[in-house]
Amino acid sequence: MPLDDIVFWVFAPVSVASAIGMLMMRNAIYAALFLIVNFFCLAVMYLLLDAAFLFAVQIVVYAGAIMVLFLFVIMLLGIDRGDTIRDRLSWQRGLVYVLAAGFVVELFVALRAGIGFATHAPEGFAAVNEPSNTQAVAKVLFEDYFFPFEVTSVLLIVASIAAMVLAQRKARSITQAEIDAAGAGTREDEEVPA
Amino acid sequence: MRTPIAYFLLLSGILFALGTVGVLTRRSALLIFMSIELQLNAVNLTLVAFSRMWNELDGQVLAFFSMVVAAAEVVVGLAIIVALFRRRGTIDVDDATELRW
Repeated sequence: MPLDDIVFWVFAPVSVASAIGMLMMRNAIYAALFLIVNFFCLAVMYLLLDAAFLFAVQIVVYAGAIMVLFLFVIMLLGIDRGDTIRDRLSWQRGLVYVLAAGFVVELFVALRAGIGFATHAPEGFAAVNEPSNTQAVAKVLFEDYFFPFEVTSVLLIVASIAAMVLAQRKARSITQAEIDAAGAGTREDEEVPA
Repeated sequence: MRTPIAYFLLLSGILFALGTVGVLTRRSALLIFMSIELQLNAVNLTLVAFSRMWNELDGQVLAFFSMVVAAAEVVVGLAIIVALFRRRGTIDVDDATELRW
């Protein structure tokens, strides 16, 4: 059995199992940890597909930055009680499983009819990846996709400003009536209770 | 590179379906958000697999852009969830039925 197949058949079940684990966990922290496992498995898949740069980016950005942000928010909000017990969508739940299974079956049939399960990736990707994957991606990124890449910086700035605006605590402005009621000179700046 | 491309595509389809199940069944906004991340990653795997199949790097660049957009989306989405929790004390999406304040 070739090494590629062994790696695939080790990591593909782990990624599916961790995704199922994420869905089953009631505790948000455990779900986030399962998701990190899933992201690592996907990074290995990128490596199998000769995308070494995306392998590194996947681990640094997703498994590192994004999931740390998730864990931060989970711990900040103190939501470790899990989902609420009551279930208003009981009959839709079964429908969801049927639709998801239908999607997978449909995809299986489409793949079988389309490219088939014996189609191997063509040789010659090493020539595309010349001299290395990172350099080849950089060449495409900074030549063909230079304008979208620059627009991305605007997106990131807008997103970080939006996050600051959305997450700040707003100090409530004090009305004249409150100043009069509090009496002259004893007014205290009030904070909105969280 | 001996593993058939279709296996990667099928894996990505399974992960996407699991993410869809998560979005539709969970009620915590955070867990719905994590499921959306799972879906985004599944689509990224499709892009990279097709990039390998057609011997082109454009798919990898598109997956890279998708990661950047996902990072920005997570920042804004988590800020909205924090604001929602401060306002209502819960992030159960069934309780958030109004867009105003």
